[in-house]
Amino acid sequence: MVTIKVNGRELQADENQTILEAARAAGIRIPTLCYHKELTPYGACRVCLVEIVAGGRPGLQAACLYKCAPGLEVSTDTQRVERARRVVLELLLARSPESEKVRALAAEYGVTGTRFNLAPENCILCGLCVRACAEISRRNAIGFSGRGPRRTVGTPFRRLAATCIGCGACVYVCPTNTIEIEERD
Amino acid sequence: MTEPLNQQYRLNLMLCAGTACVSMKSFAIKARLEEELRRHGLDGEVLVVLTGCNGFCAVGPVMTVMPDGIFYHTLTPHVIPKLVEEHFLKGRPVEKLMFTPPAEKAAVPRLADIGFFANQTLVALRNRGMIDPEKIDEYIGRDGYRALAKALTEMTPESIVETIKASGLRGRGGGGFPTGLKWELCRKAAGDVKYLVCNADEGDPGAYMDRSIVEADPHSVLEGMLIGARAIGAAHGFVYIRAEYPLARKRLQIAIDQAREYGLLGEGILGSDLDFDVSIKQGAGAFVCGEETSLIASIEGRPPEPRQRPPFPAQSGIRGKPTNINNVETWATVAPIIERGAGWFAAMGTAKSKGTKVFSLVGKIQNTGLIEVLMGTPLRKIIFDIGGGIPDGKAFKAVQTGGPSGGCLPASLLDLPVDYESLTEAGSIMGSGGMIVMDEDTCMVDVAKYFVEFTNDESCGKCSACRDGSGALLEILRRICAGEGRLEDLDTLAELCEVIKDASMCGLGQTLPNPVLTTLRYFRDEYEAHIRDRKCPGKVCKPLIRYFIDPEICRGCTVCARDCPSKAITGERKKAHVIDQARCVKCGVCLEACGVFGISAVKIE
Repeated sequence: MVTIKVNGRELQADENQTILEAARAAGIRIPTLCYHKELTPYGACRVCLVEIVAGGRPGLQAACLYKCAPGLEVSTDTQRVERARRVVLELLLARSPESEKVRALAAEYGVTGTRFNLAPENCILCGLCVRACAEISRRNAIGFSGRGPRRTVGTPFRRLAATCIGCGACVYVCPTNTIEIEERD
Repeated sequence: MTEPLNQQYRLNLMLCAGTACVSMKSFAIKARLEEELRRHGLDGEVLVVLTGCNGFCAVGPVMTVMPDGIFYHTLTPHVIPKLVEEHFLKGRPVEKLMFTPPAEKAAVPRLADIGFFANQTLVALRNRGMIDPEKIDEYIGRDGYRALAKALTEMTPESIVETIKASGLRGRGGGGFPTGLKWELCRKAAGDVKYLVCNADEGDPGAYMDRSIVEADPHSVLEGMLIGARAIGAAHGFVYIRAEYPLARKRLQIAIDQAREYGLLGEGILGSDLDFDVSIKQGAGAFVCGEETSLIASIEGRPPEPRQRPPFPAQSGIRGKPTNINNVETWATVAPIIERGAGWFAAMGTAKSKGTKVFSLVGKIQNTGLIEVLMGTPLRKIIFDIGGGIPDGKAFKAVQTGGPSGGCLPASLLDLPVDYESLTEAGSIMGSGGMIVMDEDTCMVDVAKYFVEFTNDESCGKCSACRDGSGALLEILRRICAGEGRLEDLDTLAELCEVIKDASMCGLGQTLPNPVLTTLRYFRDEYEAHIRDRKCPGKVCKPLIRYFIDPEICRGCTVCARDCPSKAITGERKKAHVIDQARCVKCGVCLEACGVFGISAVKIE
C-alpha cells in the first residue's frame, strides 16, 4: 500500500491501482468516457485528466492509466484541469453532437454548444467496443483502422467479421449508441 | 580534412553518393570518371571513392579531390573528360567547376575555405565525405572502433555511463533528455534481457540528418550502440529505419555484415565478454513512430500508438523488457566522447546544451544542405554565414526549427543562440534538427496551416486532444486563409493550442500547436490582415489575392494568354491584355511567363 494525496486528502492505495481507481474508491469523482472497470484502460478520451502536483510526471495525466506511487500528489479540479476537460468535451461534442452521454457531461462543464466545426461522426473512437470484443468476448471481430482524421472502428476489410458471434458486448459498452445490432436469418 | 586515404593512390576522388547527389547522377559520373581515368592510364594512380552525403546538397553532385581538398560541384557526366584530362592528367585544376560564392567573383578552390564548410564543427558527421561507407576498413582507418576497444578494455560499464553523463550529451532526436541519465535508468532497471534501439524513423518533411548519417557513416552508429550495449548490459539492438530510405538501409546492412565478419558484432566482441548483435526493423513511414512507445509497438508488430508513460521504456519497453532508445545522431556522437573524453565534448556549446548539432538547412536558402554546428551558434550565423542567405535578393521572414511541430521564429530573433533552452523559450523546439528558412513571399498563416495539415494527417488518432484538436485547428486556419476568419478565432486558436499541448498523450500532440502558437505570437499582424482586411500580406492565399496586368507595362506579346490554363487572359497582339477574374484560377503561370523582359506586367494584389 502507498499513500497518495488527491485534492489535499490522503488516501491509501495499492501500487497497482490507477489514480482513477483509488479516487473512485474514496468517493472522489473523476469523469470518464472511454473507461470501463472490466476493460484495460486506454486513455483515449482525455476527459479523466488530472494534474500531477508532486511525486510524478508533472502536468496533466490520464487518471485511468496513471499508477499510484509513494508521495504522489494529484489535483482533480484545478483551473488547468477544468480548461482541458472543457475544451476536450467541446471537441467531442462537435464530433458527436447527438450523444446523450457526451452532451450531459459537456453540460456539467458549461459546454452547451461548440465553436469547432468537425464532421459529425457520432463515434468518439473511445475504443470500448474494440476492447470489449477482444477482452470480454475474445472474438477480436472489430478493430481500429486508418489514422488521424481517417481513423474508424470496423470489422476486418469492412466485411462481415467471420469471428463475430453477435454477442452484443460492443453495443452494450458504446457510450454514443453508434453500434446497432440487427437480426439476420 | 588533411588525411589522405588509400595512400597507394596519388589522388582520391571523394565523390558524393548521398541520396541527393545520387539523384543527380553520381553513379553515372563515377562510371565516366573511371572510364576516362583508364583511358589516360591513370587508374592505378587516381581512385574514385563513393562517399556518403558531403552536406553541400545545393550544388550537388559534389566531389573533393584528396589530399589537396579541391572541391568541385554541380558535376555532370559530360564535363568529366575535360576534368580528368586537365586536372588529373595535366595537373591544372579546373576553375570553372569550382565553387564561387554568389556575391564574389573569384572561385574558392579548397573545400575548407568555403564559408559553408569553414563555419562548421563536425562530431557526428566527422567522417562525412571522407570514407566509403560500404568499407569497414575505411572507418577503421579513421580511428573507427577505437572508442569501442577503449570502452571494452579500459572502462567499466559504470565509467562509460559516467563519461556520457559528464559530457552533457542530450538526446538529439528532439526531446533533449540527458543521454547518460537515460542509460543509467536502463542499466539499473531490473531484468537480464535488455534492448537498445536506434531511432532512424526520421519523418519530418525537409529533414534528412539521420538518413545522411546512416548513409555516410553507418559504423559510427553501430559503434555507439556497441558502447551503449556494454554500458547498459544489452545483448540485442534494433535499428528502426524507414522503408523510404533504401540507400541508408542497404549501407547499414552492409555495415552490419562487415562488422559481424570482423567480430565486432556477435559473441565475445574483441575477446571481451560482450555479446551484441543488431537487426534492422523497417518502418512504414508513420511520423508517430518517432515517439518512443509507438516505435516499440511497431517493433512488436502492433499498430503504432503511444501509451502512457510511466512506465518508461527504460523500465518496460520491447516485450516488457528495459529498452534504451536513442536517435541516430545521438548514437553517432557516443564514440568520439568515449575516445576524447567528456571534458572535450562538454567544452563545446553552451552551459546546458553541450557539443554540436546537425541541422538540415532547407527552404528559401542559398546553400541548401546538411550542416553541423556548435550548440549556441546564433541563427544568423547558420542562415547567412553558412547558408549564404536568401536567394534572389529577397528578405528573410522566418525560420522554422524542429520539424513540423517546431515554431516559426522571426527576423528579430536572428541573434538567438541555437540551444535547447533558448529555442524552447522562444516557443520553438530543437526537434531532430530540421531548419526551414522562409522569405518575404511566405504567408505565415498558410505555413501554420501546412504544418497542422501534416500533423493532423500523421496523428495516430488515438487520443481526442490530438486527433480532434488538430482537426479543429485546421478547420479554423483553412477558414482564415479563405478569407472567412473572424477575430474571435484568434482567441479560440490560442486556447485550443494550449489544451492540445496539455491534454495530448504523446509528444506529437504536445508539440503540434507550436507552429500556430509562434505565428500567433510573432506574426499576429498577418492573421489580422487576413481576417480584418481580407488580405494576404505574403500574397499566397488564393481567395485573398487577385492577378492583374498593368496596361502601362504590357506589350501584348500574348505569351501569358497562350500559357493560361483556364483561358482567362484575352487581348489583341501588341495591345495590353486583361485577366478575366471570373475565369482566373490564380495558378501564377502568367506571372512566370511574363518575366521575360525583366519586368513583369502581371501583378498580384
